[in-house]
Amino acid sequence: MLYKKTLHELIELVDRGEVKPLEVFESLLKRIKEKDEKINAYVNYFEEYEANDRVGILKGLPLAVKDNMHIEGKPTTCSSRMLSNFIAIFDATAVRKLKENGATFIGKTNLDEFAMGSSTETSYYGVTKNPWDTTRVPGGSSGGSAAAVASGEAIAALGSDTGGSIRQPASLCGVVGLKPTYGRVSRFGLVAFASSLDQIGPITRDVRDAAILMNIICGFDPKDSTSARVECEDFTRYLNQSINGMKVGIYEKSLMDCSQDVQVAMEESVRILESLGCKVSPIELPHAKYAVSDYYIIAPAEASSNLARYDGVKYGFRAEEFKDLKEMYIKTRWQGFGEEVKRRIMLGTYVLSSGYYDAYYLKAQKLRGLIKQDFDNLFKEYHCIISPTTPTEAFKIGEKADNPLQMYLSDIFTIPANLTAIPAISIPNGLSKNGLPLGLQIMADVFREDIIFKVASAFEREFNIRDKLPLD
Amino acid sequence: MEYEAVIGLEVHIQLLTKTKIFCGCSTDFGAPPNTHVCPVCMGMPGVLPVLNKKVVEYAIKLGLALNCRINKFSRFARKNYFYPDLPKGYQISQYELPILEGGAVEIFINGGYKKIALERIHMEEDAGKTVHKPDGSYVDFNRAGVPLLEIVSKPVMHSPEEAGEYLKSLRRIVRYLGICDGNMEEGSLRCDANVSVRIKGEDKLGTKTELKNMNSFKHVEKALEYEIERQIDVLKEGGKVIQQTRLWDEKSGITKPMRSKEESFEYRYFPDPDLVPLIIDDKWIDDVRKTLPELPKEKLERFIEEYGIKPEDARVLVEERELAEYFERAAKESKEPQSVANWILSELLGYLNRDGKEIKDTLIKPEQIGKLVELVEKGIISGKIAKTVFKEMYNSGDDPEKIVKEKGLIQITDRGEIEKLVEEVLESNPKAVEQYKAGKKNTIGFFVGQIMKKTKGKANPKIVNELLVKKLEEK
Ligand SMILES: [Zn+2]
Repeated sequence: MLYKKTLHELIELVDRGEVKPLEVFESLLKRIKEKDEKINAYVNYFEEYEANDRVGILKGLPLAVKDNMHIEGKPTTCSSRMLSNFIAIFDATAVRKLKENGATFIGKTNLDEFAMGSSTETSYYGVTKNPWDTTRVPGGSSGGSAAAVASGEAIAALGSDTGGSIRQPASLCGVVGLKPTYGRVSRFGLVAFASSLDQIGPITRDVRDAAILMNIICGFDPKDSTSARVECEDFTRYLNQSINGMKVGIYEKSLMDCSQDVQVAMEESVRILESLGCKVSPIELPHAKYAVSDYYIIAPAEASSNLARYDGVKYGFRAEEFKDLKEMYIKTRWQGFGEEVKRRIMLGTYVLSSGYYDAYYLKAQKLRGLIKQDFDNLFKEYHCIISPTTPTEAFKIGEKADNPLQMYLSDIFTIPANLTAIPAISIPNGLSKNGLPLGLQIMADVFREDIIFKVASAFEREFNIRDKLPLD
Repeated sequence: MEYEAVIGLEVHIQLLTKTKIFCGCSTDFGAPPNTHVCPVCMGMPGVLPVLNKKVVEYAIKLGLALNCRINKFSRFARKNYFYPDLPKGYQISQYELPILEGGAVEIFINGGYKKIALERIHMEEDAGKTVHKPDGSYVDFNRAGVPLLEIVSKPVMHSPEEAGEYLKSLRRIVRYLGICDGNMEEGSLRCDANVSVRIKGEDKLGTKTELKNMNSFKHVEKALEYEIERQIDVLKEGGKVIQQTRLWDEKSGITKPMRSKEESFEYRYFPDPDLVPLIIDDKWIDDVRKTLPELPKEKLERFIEEYGIKPEDARVLVEERELAEYFERAAKESKEPQSVANWILSELLGYLNRDGKEIKDTLIKPEQIGKLVELVEKGIISGKIAKTVFKEMYNSGDDPEKIVKEKGLIQITDRGEIEKLVEEVLESNPKAVEQYKAGKKNTIGFFVGQIMKKTKGKANPKIVNELLVKKLEEK
């Protein structure tokens, strides 16, 4: 049952010569063949093990990658008809770094089309099911990665997070998901959704695995002008440290919008942190209530421009019949994009149009600055801030699919970290009455992943749901 | 009623960087289609732009040369529109915070200098090229991502001549700086014009039209002339000028409105989130300043002052940096810079023009021109012989001394020898001597000709003249 193990357990087993990476690959492939028809975590999985000659810490162990990051020679679909025929011609920097450290790959995971969604329901390749309850969504947009890791179809995976796309599915699937500081991980080779918000991060079964992957994927990349010139550090050294005396802020107002289950889990989380010596106090985030609205101006604005390149001219889908250039554009984009993507392109086009730019886009940027200021002030006083990752447990498939506003609100707690560039993790902090996982979000100041790892690791020692994951 | 034209120009110059503005692809012109491309300049999913610092350096150079304000903080913005040769669906340009603002281009017109004020200069990437063929349309992305500077003047020019001089002056400067080859025919320098007319003396600007598709200096002036006249005619007939984009049609010599569908653009500019703000510190500016060459106007003034040559000659010499440097090297070899200038301007440029060549193509080294002038000055050869020597130099690249020696062209300055020739000529032409005596002084030319014929032009004309007069008077 190698697929049930964590990455660091497997690294040790391979190190000791007890397990070969190929055996792990085969175990995963068998598991995928059993489960994926039901879960639909993958857009593409690989039948052949492609050994990696480079000796690295990952020892040839197979990882899963969200299908909006390039692995050279493999399709990158972004779960869109638009890129349904697209083969990547280079590795994303994060993928290249994984390869350099000995990783191999098992497949590309499903997502909301172009990462636009919170349920993986907008995928051209069908919805991914939550492995805890297949009538429910896994969250999104990295729903495929989270579901694969939770169900034993992957050991660990990469996701991308623009407004909560790593943390929210991690929370709903009972696994660990980290969105690093903006600029920590190169975006080169990640198909852009909203450039100023996108960030790649790990989705794993425990905090140590997240630290191991972060050690590898982070660092300055000359190919990404927005990547930070910050020294990479060994994040594993922050695991298993005392967090006695840490000042933790809790955004209590947020709890009012949450389900009873989530409130109970948060109360328990506060108790655990206090038992570990933290001082937990309520904080104010005066502008947080505008974060979702702010996000739904900035992200679509950037997306409307980022997705302009899919025009049927150079690659990807092109409509079959058209009478002139304009009709080729219209039909290609009309048929190639799904509804949610089109909605956001229209929103973004609108807010950038002359006459509306100042009222929407510019105002949103100012608001973004104010939200950032709220957090800056708090981090002068607090080591970290906690909140639920999501307001509710995983919702039913189709429950919010026709109500975009309801759907957007499921990212209410995760969006601020993207707007302010700060790192944030989601770790399991309880189960709902329905037996579904819930998540605790821990946010710290920019480039303070060290604090996040310290707190998450200490918390995980006191509470985890590893033995309850749907791995059987 | 007298009308006045108001003209503003938007000039795009392609920068001579080795690589494109946001990727490492070559900027070389004329390669087979889509061979100078990569995922970045093709706008593949997942790619990101990385700014070529050389482009910034070139922009700073131009900013220093034109006395622009160099913004320490500037931003790239996306200009969004769909076109097949625009791979990302947006062009990375600068909008609210361009790298350069203000400054001026100085022009020489009607015998004086005039400053044409600039609005701004910004960096941007070029688009690819769409080629329409009978079986379909094709896109070549070799040019996509080639760095451009857009230089926007204020609407302060009032005649096609001024606009022409502005373009020439700007072209001269960017060529001196080595940042653009200024070739309008190949499109490395492109010009659009905004033009309006108003009743002379009024402050308010009239409705403008934008002129495009002018592919040479000559056509810019012609298009402006046509358009100004057209607008005046419209106003005179009581009509209104419509704001529109018009294309210059060089075959028919008129401007035609572009279909309005093509010009209603909504570019939705916003700051490019893939690129961080561009910060330029004083040290960077100072480092670039150290690399600035002497500019045309400074050179012109120095040539007049240092070499004492005629201003109109100096003006032609500084037109091209290579020519100016050629002159200077030649002039240093001679004590007669004006003669050097004459030789270069009339003889050398004449030959080069005839052969369709440029100064860099000539076999004659500038020092050799200096030496030729010295040979004439020292009286070793006559001016007439010098022209023969020059022709030989032009063809072979040989030293003038060598040519003179090998062909036996050294001037005869021996008075005794010339006196003998004079006497011979006078004796064999008694009739002409009589005519001279009778007062027809210009027969002297005939005698000179005879002597030159005998000496194959090598006799020193001054001595010949002097002795002829003396001998004739003696008779
Ligand atoms: Zn390129």
